[in-house]
Parts: sequence; C-alpha cells; structure tokens
Amino acid sequence: MPTKIEKDIVSGQDTTGHEWDGIKELDTPIPRWWWYTLWATVVFAAVYVVLYPAILPGGPTKGLLGWSQYKVLADDQAAATAAQKGMRDKITSAELGAISEDADMLNFAMAGGRAAFGDNCAPCHGSGAQGFVGYPNLNDDEWLWGGKLEDITTTIRYGIRTTHEDSRSSEMPAFGVDEMLDAKQIDAVADYALSLSSSSPAVGPGAAIYEENCVACHGDTGQGDKEQGAPSLKDKVWLYGGDKATVVQTINGSRKGVMPAWAGRLDEATIRSLAVYVHSLGGGK
Amino acid sequence: MSGSDSAGDSFFADWVNVYPKSVKGKFRRLKWISLSILLGVYYLGPWLRWDRGDDAPGQALIVDLTSQKAYFFFIEIWAQEVYYFTGVLIIAAISLFFATALAGRVWCGYACPQTVWTDLFMWVERRIEGDRAARMRLDKAPMSFGKAIKKISKHVAWVFIAFATGGAWVFYFNDAPTLAVDILTANASFTIYAIVLSLTGSTYLMAGWAREAVCTYMCPYARFQGAMLDDDSLVVTYDETRGEARGAHKKGTSWEGRGDCIDCNACVAVCPTGIDIRDGLQLECIGCGLCADACNNIMDRVERPHGLIRYDTLRIMNAQAEGKDPKYHLVRPRTIVYTLILLIVCMIMLAALVLRTDTSVNLLRDRNPLFVTLADGSVRNGYTVKILNMKRENRTYHMRLAGVKGARMTVIGHAKTPVEEIRLNVRPDSVSTFRVFVYAAHSALAADSNEMRFVVTEEQSQRIMKHETTFRGPVK
Repeated sequence: MPTKIEKDIVSGQDTTGHEWDGIKELDTPIPRWWWYTLWATVVFAAVYVVLYPAILPGGPTKGLLGWSQYKVLADDQAAATAAQKGMRDKITSAELGAISEDADMLNFAMAGGRAAFGDNCAPCHGSGAQGFVGYPNLNDDEWLWGGKLEDITTTIRYGIRTTHEDSRSSEMPAFGVDEMLDAKQIDAVADYALSLSSSSPAVGPGAAIYEENCVACHGDTGQGDKEQGAPSLKDKVWLYGGDKATVVQTINGSRKGVMPAWAGRLDEATIRSLAVYVHSLGGGK
Repeated sequence: MSGSDSAGDSFFADWVNVYPKSVKGKFRRLKWISLSILLGVYYLGPWLRWDRGDDAPGQALIVDLTSQKAYFFFIEIWAQEVYYFTGVLIIAAISLFFATALAGRVWCGYACPQTVWTDLFMWVERRIEGDRAARMRLDKAPMSFGKAIKKISKHVAWVFIAFATGGAWVFYFNDAPTLAVDILTANASFTIYAIVLSLTGSTYLMAGWAREAVCTYMCPYARFQGAMLDDDSLVVTYDETRGEARGAHKKGTSWEGRGDCIDCNACVAVCPTGIDIRDGLQLECIGCGLCADACNNIMDRVERPHGLIRYDTLRIMNAQAEGKDPKYHLVRPRTIVYTLILLIVCMIMLAALVLRTDTSVNLLRDRNPLFVTLADGSVRNGYTVKILNMKRENRTYHMRLAGVKGARMTVIGHAKTPVEEIRLNVRPDSVSTFRVFVYAAHSALAADSNEMRFVVTEEQSQRIMKHETTFRGPVK
C-alpha cells in the first residue's frame, strides 16, 4: 500500500508512495509520444479490420478491399506463367532433340524439369532419382522401356500399365500362382536366370524351361526387350533384387509395376522438360 | 519530445546553436587542402577511365555487383577474395589509432567525412548568410522576405550538394557516365533512386543540421579517445602557464605580471563544436586547430609570440608548469606497437596480392545418389568441377584422375565416351562448370569409400591443382 506520496526535488515529480529500503519510485506519467503511438495503432487496427479480412465475433469478414491471400497467390502464379509462356511455347513446339542444343531452352528445361521431378516423381523414384525396390533408378544405363529422349517422353506422357489407351503395357505371367510351373521348375529357372548375368552361363535343367517360357520376352541370351518392357537378365541391375529368393518370388507371382500417365496432369512443356532432365541424369541413351 | 510534464530539470542537454566564425591561418589552410583532395577523390573517382578490354568495365574504381567483382585500377578482386577488403579495414583502423597516438584526433579534425561535409556546408552557409555575427542576427530577426530568401537558398544549395554526394556513391557500383544519364533522365532503377535519396537525406541531415552533435553524441570514437590518447600525444592545448592570468589588455600597457591571454574569446567563436579550449582537453574537441589559428591572429595583433594555443603534449604542459625541461616522446611503446602491426598487416596484404592465384578448382561431389551401379556392374559417381580462370585470356586445362585403378570419366558436352584425361577450355575471366561422371569397375574398388584425386594442370604455367575427393560404391 502506498504510504506517503511526496514531491521529488530533482525532477519535480510525485513519487508512487512505495519505498523499498529507502529507494522511492517516481510516478512519471507515460510519455505523450507513447500514448500517441498506442492510439495510432488502435486507429490503424480499426481501419485495417474494415478494409482487410478479419475474424470478428460475428464470424470472418472479407474486408472492403477484397484482398485475399488466395488472390495474391493466383495473381503471382498467373504472372509467373505469363512470364514463362514464351519459353514454354518454344519447348513445346521444338524437336525433342533440339531442346538440349539450345542453351536457353536447356537451361529452362533443366530447371523446370528438376522442380517438376521433385514435385511429381520424387515420391517413388527418390529425390535424386536413385529409385527404390520396384521403382527404377533413373541414373543408371538400364532402361525397361528405353532410355532415348523419345522413349522417356512417351513413358512419362502415357505411363506404364495405366488406363490410358497409349499406355506402355505388358504382363509377365505369374508362373507359380497360375500353376504354369511347379516349385521345382521355378527353382531351376531362377538359377538359370541368375546365371545369365555371370560370366559363364550355367547349363542346367533351367535352360530348357527358360527356352520354353521366357525367351519370347527376355530373349535367348536374357538381353530383354524394351518394346515390351522386359528387363535384361544379363546385367547387374535388379529392380526387385538380385538374390534368388526375390527372383523365385518374381517368377512365381509376376511383377506389375505401375507408373501414372502424366499427360493431362502436366502440360507438354513440363513433360518434355522432365524428359530432358531425366535423360541428363547420366543414363540417357 | 520527452513528454515529461515535470517542472524540474530535463534529463537531456539543451540544443545550443553553434555559429563558428570564419578564420584564416595555417591549420585552416590545411583543412581546405584536405577537404579539396578528399571531396575531389570522392566526386571525381568514378569518372576515371581504365581500359580493360570489352569484357570488363572501363572504370578505374568500380564494384561490379552483377559480375561480383571489384576493380581498383589494375587490381581485380573476385567476390571470394573479400578478405582483401578486411585487410584494408584493419590497416585503416590501425592507421587511425596510430595517427591518434601521435597527434590526437587529426582524423576527426581534417579527414572525417562528417567534418569535411560539415565544413563544405558551413562554407555555403557563410556565403549566403554571412559570418557568425550576421548569422546570429539573422536567426534572431523576425521572418521577413530577405530572411526567407537567404534560408531557402541555403537549404536548396545544401540539398543540391547532398544529392551530388548520394549520386556519386552509386557511381562506384555502376558505369558512371551511363548511370548519370539514366538518373537525370529518370531511367535508373528504383534501387538506385532509393539509395541516392537516402544518402541525400542523410548528408543533408548530418552536415546541415546535426553537425557537431554527430561528433559529440553519435560517434563512438569521441568516447573512447581517452584510451587512444596518452600524455605524449600532440593535442590542441591552451598554454595555461603562459596564458594566465588572463584579462583584457590595453595597447601600450605592460605585459608584466599577467598572462598572454587577453580573453578575447576568438578561440571560442571559431570552434566548430562550440567549446572553450582553455578549459582543457574535452570530449567535444575534434582537434582541428582552428582555435590555434584564431589565437595566433590575435597574438599578431597584440604583438605577442604565436602558440598560446597549439598542438602540444600534456606531458610538456605539465613539465612547463613545474618549470622542468620538456621532452617529446614520439617514439614510445604505443607508437612502436602500432607501427609494427601496420607493417605486418601491410606485408601480409602485399604478399597475398603478389602471390594470389589466378586460377583455382572447386569440386562438388554428388550426394544424391552417392553412386550408381550400371548394367555391366561398374560403378559411376557424379561430380561437378568448377574451374576459375581469373586471367583475361583463354586458358586450357588438363584434367585426369588418380587414386582409383582404371577410373575413367565422361564430361557432359566434352567427352561422351569415357576417357582417362581431358583437355578443357575456360574462357577469359570466368568460371566454367563441368559435369563429370567417373566410372570404375566394381572389382577395382577396395572399399565402399575410396580416396580419389582430380588432378588439373594449367597448360601454360604447368600449375598443378589437386583436389581430394572420394569415390563410393556398394558396400563390399
């Protein structure tokens, strides 16, 4: 409780009446400028609430100016799209191979492709396009459906095993599930398939089974067929794993990797940019 | 503005207008010379031309922000060499301390931009409003047509100088003739105008209005000068032994039994910070020596020797007062240490400049993916190699690999099939970026992480640059 309010000699100010061990506090009023600033902020807030969107007790209001963050975003995006239009049109109408020849187009396609890849492709193929089990590594030189610029563009545009009419499509039989081969035969052909990638192909009971069931798609030396998306069995790249258990599992139940068709979801310029980007990762043919 | 309703003393010092009187003398002349040189360098510096060929700016002094290079006559500094600027700042700081130890605040009195521009503004003020007495009269007089004309023309002149000052600043970052035309024809960028206008504003405010308040209240240097000075530093001092007792002197009367100071206040009238030097060394004193000029002129008139106010050391003043033999100590530990530091930093800078390399290699290793296994089982790693060519001519580099057996590389745009060594061209004055894929057989790798070197040799000088990196493969 204030005890004794007195006048300070030096400042001419009243004290608050509080005293702590002989120290008294001056009752100095809040400076004028401080009050003016406070009231200015109050006035500003009132005007702001009327002009801009606000949350009031009666519910949110839109404000008289009609300003909204969605509109700002839409405007910014429209401006960005308009700014890119010339370059996008150029990429859309150019020969695929010509994009990499022109420094400006290449620059634009690489930057756009990298961004589009991160947004659309990275969830399956990884941010560095390194792939995962069942999702191909796009950095290497092994391609299921071909690694030429045109092949990659087609794959991106129509997808793999999609409902799109131009989709890349093929189906490996589920030899075990559909009872085309018994467990012993599968075991033998798995051994044979694995031996194809070693330097000296083993000849065993699997060879005949392979000849009969697999050659049509995977080729007589296991070189694969890009027309049908049949992977090469000769190389060291295994999409689902190169150990015997995985290969047996593949022969038994088949594999049907799916990639969406991006036509209609991405515009032509973006698809082409993506193809250029993916082609540049190191494995492009 | 304090908003205090108190009837008592304010906690703030009252603003006192200072009306420095014009003065002639050797220190004033020195100040004019220093002012002309410094302003001349500042305003004319960017207009000096320097031919560097077609690819580089033709301006002797320019910081080119677009190409991230600074040009200083024949020296060209790249952004990553900004430590040269640090060196220059260290030299500037030590020089300042050194000068202060020797001769007090000579920097403040003669060379500080605040002093130089204030001097210029005061000169303009004197031209328009007259000397001290006339200005004091004018300020006291009620507003009239004549007063308004004088005041307005003074401020217009000030703003014009301030604008030229702000304008000159941006010339150091752009081609001066081109930008000057752009500014005057309203074609320069918003940034340029914002910088010019803010510098115009600050120059006008600091040199026109704030003046000595900057030195007294804003500048930290005034506050720590006590640590920079000692009893052996030359500072502007009033010779009390000779001057006291002061008092008015009638011509023809004897000087016996009295001091030489006739208490005319000439020293106070000319002081740009409005202090009385006879009170001793003060925080506000900027060491300009104008009071010494004023006093010397008075001494001439009363036929007494010069130097009642002069640059001298406190030690000598004290020795004089005690009747001892005074001695100067210009060479003393403090000045020796400053000299040594200055010499060392200058030598390091010189060595760095002479030995600076005009080419270098930077290497970035791909981390995503760390490595790629190829169809034939071999392993590929990706690298980005940047080669800097700081010379103004085309140069050729030979790049090869070492450390991993049988490693070969492809370089996008330069080598499609794997090679062991490659010749790369780098254009003058530029950085070239190369995407390099290195291939090695899995069997050649000793571990999942292997040491590898990029060896780049510059063809002409045969300078070899080695860059350590790693080559990664699947876990062995």
